[in-house]
Amino acid sequence: MQTDLLQEARRQAEICNACRYCEGYCSVFPALHAHRAFTDGDMTQLANLCHNCRGCYHACQYTAPHEFDLNLPQALANVRHDSWEAFAFPTGAARAFQKNGLMIALATVIGFALLLWAARAIGSMGGEDFYAVLSHNAMVAIFVPAFLFPLASVAVSLRRYWRETQAGDLRLPDIVAAFGSAARMRNLSGGHGDGCNFEDEDRFTHARRIAHQAVMYGFLLCFASTTSGTVLHYAFDMPAPYGLLSLPKLLGIPGGVLLTFGCVWLLDLKRRADPALGATGARSGEIAFTALLGFVGFSGLALYAVGQTGMMPALLVIHLGAVLAFFLLTPFTKMAHGFYRLTALTADAARIRRSKAAS
Amino acid sequence: MNYDIAIIGGGNAALCAAITAAEKGARVIILEAAPKPYRGGNSRHTRNFRCMHSGPLGPLVDSYSEAEYLDDLLKVTDGRTDIGLARLAIRTSEECLPWMQERGVRFQPSLSGTLSLARTNAFFLGGGKGLVNAYYRTAEKLGVTVCYDAPVTHLELDDDRIVFLDYTHEGETRRLSPNAVIVASGGFQADTDWLARAWGPAAKNFLIRGTPYNRGVVLADLLEQGIEQVGDPTQCHAVAIDGRAPKFDGGIVTRLDCVPFSIVVNKHAERFYDEGEDVWPKRYAIWGRLVAAQPDQVGYVIIDGKSLNLFMPSVFPPIKADTLEGLAVEMGLPPDRLRATVDQFNAACGDTAAFHPSELDGVTTTGLEPPKTNWARPIVEPPFYGYSLRTGVTFTYLGLKVDETAQCSIGNRPVGNLWAAGETMAGSILGQGYLAGFGMTIGTVFGRIAGREAADYAN
Repeated sequence: MQTDLLQEARRQAEICNACRYCEGYCSVFPALHAHRAFTDGDMTQLANLCHNCRGCYHACQYTAPHEFDLNLPQALANVRHDSWEAFAFPTGAARAFQKNGLMIALATVIGFALLLWAARAIGSMGGEDFYAVLSHNAMVAIFVPAFLFPLASVAVSLRRYWRETQAGDLRLPDIVAAFGSAARMRNLSGGHGDGCNFEDEDRFTHARRIAHQAVMYGFLLCFASTTSGTVLHYAFDMPAPYGLLSLPKLLGIPGGVLLTFGCVWLLDLKRRADPALGATGARSGEIAFTALLGFVGFSGLALYAVGQTGMMPALLVIHLGAVLAFFLLTPFTKMAHGFYRLTALTADAARIRRSKAAS
Repeated sequence: MNYDIAIIGGGNAALCAAITAAEKGARVIILEAAPKPYRGGNSRHTRNFRCMHSGPLGPLVDSYSEAEYLDDLLKVTDGRTDIGLARLAIRTSEECLPWMQERGVRFQPSLSGTLSLARTNAFFLGGGKGLVNAYYRTAEKLGVTVCYDAPVTHLELDDDRIVFLDYTHEGETRRLSPNAVIVASGGFQADTDWLARAWGPAAKNFLIRGTPYNRGVVLADLLEQGIEQVGDPTQCHAVAIDGRAPKFDGGIVTRLDCVPFSIVVNKHAERFYDEGEDVWPKRYAIWGRLVAAQPDQVGYVIIDGKSLNLFMPSVFPPIKADTLEGLAVEMGLPPDRLRATVDQFNAACGDTAAFHPSELDGVTTTGLEPPKTNWARPIVEPPFYGYSLRTGVTFTYLGLKVDETAQCSIGNRPVGNLWAAGETMAGSILGQGYLAGFGMTIGTVFGRIAGREAADYAN
């Protein structure tokens, strides 16, 4: 990891530790105040606990032009992004995509091309509907590795993270606590329940929290939809297409709507937010990733809308191409943050458990 | 645009006045001397509000009666207190807390390291700048005009009325003729020449903990025109802070909480006061003056390895050495005399088994002058640590004399359209000494009173 970023974040954390006014905003500060000195691992953990709500920045009496020049949201964001790049597997892949919108766009286009080639070369082999464009077995052959590879990659990264931060033993209640926190996005509540500062200086709103949850739950519903389709296909011998009242559609349509709408909202919030409080140089990568995720949702919905028309084959290739790019890039784009965040929240729950046990 | 009320200053008292007056329908302008990033005066650096309460209230537990509050105040001011105004501030503080919450202020449980204040002081979430931000949002929603970079230079007094005021903005002098004026622009502590006139040249060595914009320009202007003053120019809220702090605006992170676990010596390596007299929140406010009275206005805190983790970390790491003599050299103290002082102190320490860092433990020295009456443990375990201490002035008490309606006076008659709130009139209540969180109580209570009275007058 980059020592200059760590050193700057450490300098700021030491000032925060002497002040403590922000203790109630989020999980970062109680965790920060538990230390007197900060190792690289401590800084990495604090950085990944930070949700960039910016409450501490706007409340801070030491922001520029003050000579202490505090900007903790940015200092932690820089360490956070750096940690994702450092822990990525294969090492270096994240450097290409994390902060680079152009590369994400390029990867998406390659995804389209790959699917187009597959549709041409492999084709239907006599299937119907979607499978007239690309056979089910071909889809499985492409997407199973594209799904398993990111999972394996993320697993390696999280293991590296856990070691670097010396997070200690892993217990089920800590994981449950972390999921509970993420499910409500507790760290974007501002501590007082008024939300966070993001799109309009020091005004507290729930906009980012709600938009993020729309994306998160939208994505999970879409994922559940695909999973239910797989189960129906294999376990019940019920291949696609599925009707409106089928499980894949009941999960997928609201999921796609939430995902698309949430991504558009997040992009709008991002456009209005001050980039100087986020990671340096990360904007294009984050925007491209959010746009790709929104496009996955939107093209999925569009596919349902025009499934019975002549546009279907083209749209299917585009949708599946986007999905392919999204999955393969998961460990190397903003998508990785969810895994790191859960890990950091788990480690924090473990810290709280241990400190309670000690007192 | 014609304004009913001009408010000079942009901190807590000014904002409470502005919000109260605007809620009563007045057209209000705030003239804040600082640029926007530094708005809020010393309120930016505050963190809590001392509040009377008869039962659990907001973040406050248990109860804190008027009598106990007043008693705490009288203890620190040594009786130099205007009892009538003090009681008014204390009594009104209880209704202020929900008023603050309704206007966007958010509280949090007592901060780590300040548990002793959980019953008496309500801590702002994010500190005073969070409070200031919330009030500016509320004020602007009510239609209050806020003008930054707008230092007021003169108020024109004609008989017993302010007829106009001049301020500079964007490089030019501008004039306003509001119906009423509220002064809430703090003390004069950032004008070190003024401090030096009151204190002597020693004041040049003082550090100013808060805003560099409180230079007392309006205060001086009004006093010259015969507006009644109150308070002693040498009295102020001053604490001992890390000697390496910046000249201005160092704020909370420069404070040192380690005095009770230390010995404190002057530049001749001599002790000068009982470091263990009481728990630190009850004693921090006297150490500014104690250090100010030492040669070169500097003190040196000496602790040993076992005490390092007993207090909140400061923003500057301590000076560290493996021997006392080494530490003395690092800190510019005479090594043999520091050794002698520490040896004498160590020899006077007795049984330390009862040592308890957060309570008066009675672990005392015997036969030492001055004694250390609590937490007296020998300084023997290397490494040894040291901090330099300097006087950090928070705010001065010389100010405008007001009555229970926050109105200023000239001779024995009121100035018809002039009110004052906050640090600029805190000397009306505090003669000396300071009680944590009471500055914000005075600002909130008298800011609201001034806003109400000015709005009633202007309407």
